[in-house]
Amino acid sequence: MITLDNIELRHGARVVLSGLSGTIPSGSLTALVGANGAGKTTLLRAIAGLHPLADGRIDRHGLPAGDIALLAQGSHLDRSFPITCHDVVALAATRQGPFRAIGRDRLQATSDALARVGLADMATRPIQALSAGQFQRVLFARTIVQDAKLILLDEPFTAVDAATTHVLLSVLEDWHAQGRTVVAVLHDMDMVRRHFPNTLRLNGHAALWEIGAGLQAA
Amino acid sequence: MLHFLLDPFALGFMRRALAGCLALSVAAPPLGVFLVLRRMSLMSDVLQHGVLPGIAVGAIVAGLSVWAMGFGGVVAGLAVALLAGFLARRTGGREDSQLAGVYLLALAAGVALISAQHSIDLTHVLFGNVLAVDDTTLLGMAGVSTVTLAALALIWRPLVLESLDPGFMAATSGKGGLWHLVFLILVVLCVVSGFVALGTLMAVGLMMLPAIAARHWSNSLGGQVRVSVLLACLSSAGGLIASYNWDIPAGPAIVLTAGFLWLLSMLAGPRASVWRQAIPHA
Repeated sequence: MITLDNIELRHGARVVLSGLSGTIPSGSLTALVGANGAGKTTLLRAIAGLHPLADGRIDRHGLPAGDIALLAQGSHLDRSFPITCHDVVALAATRQGPFRAIGRDRLQATSDALARVGLADMATRPIQALSAGQFQRVLFARTIVQDAKLILLDEPFTAVDAATTHVLLSVLEDWHAQGRTVVAVLHDMDMVRRHFPNTLRLNGHAALWEIGAGLQAA
Repeated sequence: MLHFLLDPFALGFMRRALAGCLALSVAAPPLGVFLVLRRMSLMSDVLQHGVLPGIAVGAIVAGLSVWAMGFGGVVAGLAVALLAGFLARRTGGREDSQLAGVYLLALAAGVALISAQHSIDLTHVLFGNVLAVDDTTLLGMAGVSTVTLAALALIWRPLVLESLDPGFMAATSGKGGLWHLVFLILVVLCVVSGFVALGTLMAVGLMMLPAIAARHWSNSLGGQVRVSVLLACLSSAGGLIASYNWDIPAGPAIVLTAGFLWLLSMLAGPRASVWRQAIPHA
């Protein structure tokens, strides 16, 4: 469970979000929506502990940082880097310390994750050879391997083809079924209505929690 | 032909220069590969100029001791690297003009300081002097090379992750800055260790040119590192041979050889080369 208590977020001097309170219950599936510049990405980063709070507090109820996975927008990652799909996913094992050997179970988890996103036969291919959709599948596989209790996704379906969206949505539903807490920044309202029980709409400085199956407004 | 290739190394100082340059060729190009991948090629420019004032101050304080000049170079190089990093963060990545400012200032200060010291030959500091590679220098180059390779092996995985996706690194372990700093220290050490033989302006050439050429040979990180080391060794040997036979300073001769190999790789290498793009299915 994540509790937001009257938080304010800023970029430099500019206030992007203020007075936001509410609770994201454990195991909930929440869509985070709102206009560009409404502070969606900043809020995700703040929940992950990567953006300082100007005011208020976020209570993660003892959830360790290693149990939070943040999938940032993939476009920031250098796609010309000479590395294979398998290695990108296996590197997520550094969560257990960068010097720990990547054991057989981690390699198995890597293969399983790549198979789950439909890239089993692409494991040894360099990431330069991938389409935008395939690359997003790799990043989802990496998120699967992270095995986190709280999963934060920033626009996971932007610039991704329909077939890939279908596969990745099913991964997201797996996570929900496994009892993980998932928050995703989304733009496609049709998808939000069909797949996401809860919605948090950021609108200027006012925020609206749309209560679904398990969300409680504060 | 055999005389052309082997005569240079009949001389003791040429053999020492070769040993030193080969030591540097094993350690510096892998760092260059990471600099290229991290889009920090410009940082190598900044460092080659940035170490100069430190070397000058080292010489002024302690005379013509390689250790004093080397130590001064390392301190100045680190200061400039950290200043460049600070400027990069402050300006949100649009740092190239400010980096240019930093290295122009450093170069001017270094040249002014060294010219005021009549005991030091500016040309030798900038472009190297194989005659000056004594046992102390050789030990220093081999030592830096050993430390660099050991450290690189140790931080390899976190460095790869931090280069590939710094955001992910920050979110998962939060120690990205530490690996970045260790990496910068290694780069500065390698630049400084090459300055006696190659000169401050040329030492970076042996680090960067083989690294830039390597991407035309392999699309795996390990492959690029191996190719870059091989190209650097060829450049060192070829450059010293050319330097002896045609009476060119060693630094420029080695960098010209490395540059020639780079042009060759770009034109006819097996990957993303002009030849490959002209005949896509060859």
